[in-house]
Amino acid sequence: MLHLILFLVFGAVCVAGAVNLLAQRHPINGALSLVAVMGSLAVEYLLLGAEFVAAVQVIVYAGAIMVLFVFVIMLLNAGVEERTKGSRVALLFGVPGMLLGSVLIGWVLLGHGAETVPVGALPGAPKVIAWLLFHDFLLPFEVTSILVLIAIMGAVVLASHPDTEQGKKES
Amino acid sequence: MVPISYYLILSGILFACGVTGFLIKRNIISIFMSIELMLNGVNLSFVAFAAQWHALSGQVFVFFVMVVAAAEAAVGLAIIISVYRTRETLNVDQVDLLKL
Repeated sequence: MLHLILFLVFGAVCVAGAVNLLAQRHPINGALSLVAVMGSLAVEYLLLGAEFVAAVQVIVYAGAIMVLFVFVIMLLNAGVEERTKGSRVALLFGVPGMLLGSVLIGWVLLGHGAETVPVGALPGAPKVIAWLLFHDFLLPFEVTSILVLIAIMGAVVLASHPDTEQGKKES
Repeated sequence: MVPISYYLILSGILFACGVTGFLIKRNIISIFMSIELMLNGVNLSFVAFAAQWHALSGQVFVFFVMVVAAAEAAVGLAIIISVYRTRETLNVDQVDLLKL
């Protein structure tokens, strides 16, 4: 029962964030709603027992990738179509959502929910995942490391300022 | 336990939202974020099936998807920066020439 309630609440947050991504005209609002989608998806992963995937989702997706997005949006100053309805919508949905979340957390903490699960007891424990990654999937793992290296070099080459190279050649 | 069909419905909704955003958005960064949303929807179905069949390979594939998404984000955002530097716009309708 608690699983179903958590699934419904965070699934609703997911869908609301995804629809908000479509509705917002400003990219920074879309990026923040995408962060909300990824955070609630991490909770869905936890409900499915994939605790390590949930942690990586928060660290890599909501942390690294979305920070990169927000950084680029601010770097390019990409606020072309500005509307200030977003703040009103945030007020309308944010306050009840926060109240709902705090009530839910309080309900769980007061012991009405299911029994707690220790870290590592779920099927997607880090130890099992590491065994799979470094034994059965060792070759794909190494190939992805080369892929990431190529991506880093490509990003540096693509984003480097062209004027500096021209200035070096001319001078 | 929550039935797996609920997770698949949620995953389908997220993927559909990603496709819709990919089609209706005109800002190149918003289009890129829609692609990330599609990847997240697929990841959710991967994890749901991994839990259903007790096969952890599904979770391992989610890692590979995440690595590819991170590499894609780095290269894609670098391309966006270089496009903005040469064309001064982020609207995909105005980026329709390969060579300036």
